[in-house]
Amino acid sequence: MLKQTEGSHAVAEAVALCRPEVVCAYPISPQTHIVEGVGELVKSGELRNCEFINVESEFAAMSVAIGSSAAGARTYTATASQGLLFMAEAVFNASGLGLPIVMTVANRAIGAPINIWNDHTDSLAMRDSGWLQLFAETNQEALDLHIQAFRLGEELSLPVMVCMDGFILTHAYERVDMPTQAQVDAYLPPYSPRQVLDPAEPVSIGAMVGPEAFMEVRYLAHAKQRQALERMPAYAAEFKSIFGRDSGGLLHSYRADDAETIVVAMGSVLGTIKDTVDEMRAAGDKIGVMGLTLFRPFPSAQVRDALQHAKRVVVLEKSFSIGAGGILATNVRTAISALPIDTYTVGAGLGGRAITKRSLHALFRGAIQGKLEFLTFLDLNREVVDKQLAREAQKRRSGPIAENLLRDVGVVAAKIV
Amino acid sequence: MSYQPISFYQTGTFTVGNRLLAPDERSVQAQVKRYNSLNSGHRACQGCGEALGARYAIDAAMEAAHGQLIAANATGCLEVFSTPYPETSWQIPWVHSLFGNAAAVATGIAAALKVKGKHDVRVVAQGGDGGTTDIGFGCLSGMFERNDDVLYICYDNGGYMNTGIQRSSATPPAARTATTMAVGAEPGNPFGQGKFVPAIAMAHDIPYVATATVADLRDLEAKVLRAMEIRGARYIHILVPCPLGWGTASGDTIKMARLAKETGFFPVFEAEQGVVTGVLPIRKKLPVEEFLRPQKRYAHLFGKQPKVDVIAKLQALADRNIRKYGLLGEEH
Repeated sequence: MLKQTEGSHAVAEAVALCRPEVVCAYPISPQTHIVEGVGELVKSGELRNCEFINVESEFAAMSVAIGSSAAGARTYTATASQGLLFMAEAVFNASGLGLPIVMTVANRAIGAPINIWNDHTDSLAMRDSGWLQLFAETNQEALDLHIQAFRLGEELSLPVMVCMDGFILTHAYERVDMPTQAQVDAYLPPYSPRQVLDPAEPVSIGAMVGPEAFMEVRYLAHAKQRQALERMPAYAAEFKSIFGRDSGGLLHSYRADDAETIVVAMGSVLGTIKDTVDEMRAAGDKIGVMGLTLFRPFPSAQVRDALQHAKRVVVLEKSFSIGAGGILATNVRTAISALPIDTYTVGAGLGGRAITKRSLHALFRGAIQGKLEFLTFLDLNREVVDKQLAREAQKRRSGPIAENLLRDVGVVAAKIV
Repeated sequence: MSYQPISFYQTGTFTVGNRLLAPDERSVQAQVKRYNSLNSGHRACQGCGEALGARYAIDAAMEAAHGQLIAANATGCLEVFSTPYPETSWQIPWVHSLFGNAAAVATGIAAALKVKGKHDVRVVAQGGDGGTTDIGFGCLSGMFERNDDVLYICYDNGGYMNTGIQRSSATPPAARTATTMAVGAEPGNPFGQGKFVPAIAMAHDIPYVATATVADLRDLEAKVLRAMEIRGARYIHILVPCPLGWGTASGDTIKMARLAKETGFFPVFEAEQGVVTGVLPIRKKLPVEEFLRPQKRYAHLFGKQPKVDVIAKLQALADRNIRKYGLLGEEH
């Protein structure tokens, strides 16, 4: 059914249609509307057979999820940013134990300085945690990916993060096609755990493993994750047969067949990139887009196939490994390392900095003209950076960086244009 | 099974052998059909108080739950010595997740059981004092205040023994640990620090809180059985001497636990809805020195010149327990 609704609420409804049995809730912007939405459905009685638990921290949220999943219940929670890092130990533990928890991450920057706006630093900080990571481009895809995430996670007995851009998606009111309960029931069978805490068949879960078997346990986690590379397209095809639309899969190319320049990105920024590409195509540029839906496991072979005919690849990412460079770009570059393709890394949109078509036009034009450096930051205010560097060179007690920069920039509200 | 009725005065002690009791008065551990939830063959040290406490506590919980029990375990000695891969000593469904989240994992298990309608299956969480009073305290308090249907059992040996005897917030004053060294002007653990979690548990107004020691195992079993009669958040804090950490003889574990109780150093009581309902009274009050002297962690108090002032401060703490909880049997 088509409806105009907030991204968070669309996800909450989709999660409810998946019949979760335990949902743990802890507030953090910009995720909070999601668990509020699920909670209301539980309390009103619309979502039956579900325990909605208000926990005392994100660490507890993931820990409760571990317990309920290990006891055989379909389990869901949502978080963002600091919350994801606060539960980090349990995030790794959930995947190590092989528990198919589904969690929404409403992507948001990590402090300090504290910043509630969108980038991908939080999810990517957990890229090695053993969770599958799916990135949604639109609210419709976010909704759909949650339904697929339960299917995928439970089949592989691995946890899945559905990542959606905080505020840009979570708080955007858009039209979505909300599935019916019958459609979701036809797609998603009841959870049948591979391991469960059951007095009738007692097992010990979470025993200590030493050097004699730890490597094998880790390798198995990798091998299991890689199975998603085959499952995801199959589940997307099945999804289409029931729900009637394309959603999910590993990656999506756009106007890339004959493209000499291919822009790679994840999440909602793909919309702005596609608009920019459309305009550049109209002007005769051979440019296309590759949007990545599945970041973990990383679909290396499929990425290579999608990019192999390009002359240059511009990876535009809302993340940055300080002291090294791009994170998504490193993965992309590894996938195409045998090919003669120039790969550019562009850090963009950090902490919610708006990514505009005007900036993208200039960026892509620079890449095509061979004027782009291999690591750049979109719309970086060089003047402010230089001023602070000079201040630090001049004076030992140069003061807190964030406060200095805000004073130099001259505004305290978010500068979005 | 036949038995010979007997009166306690005939034995001259406060204890009486199980074989002399009516079958329904015998301990859970004395039953041929005890569950052996924590089975033999584990790798605890000789004289481990925690292994003894866990065996009695979990078997009693199993008895109460008619074998329908799931345990969540914090990281620590109990977890490590019971489940070195590929072995496990647990004959019950058991999960270990992390050091600081046993209470929350148990909450999740309880929620799953509730939503699946498995009301007969009960949940215990267990951990040492580090996993309970320090790193797991947030999750513990959360489980308490939500009144989740979990029995949490803390095995308190007064420190991080698994990592090599470091101080926890349950380490008593003046005790030497690897991080409260017996050197300097005020050797050992500082006075005026630490917390007594049973009192904090009571402040949550949860249905049931109790303390116990491995010196009074019938009392321990009775408290577990009582706790299992109740639904909601319950907490039992068991003092379990650690021969390694305390520097005591392996054969003296039960004696040390008894001395902790008989000196008032560790108060044994139970409480319901935040109100103390009963104490295990001191039978023959002993000076706290009797408890301290056998322990190497207090050896720095008993050199050529005994630290009488420090011993007096520890005696004052024991006396305060005795007054506060009415441990001499008077009204409290």
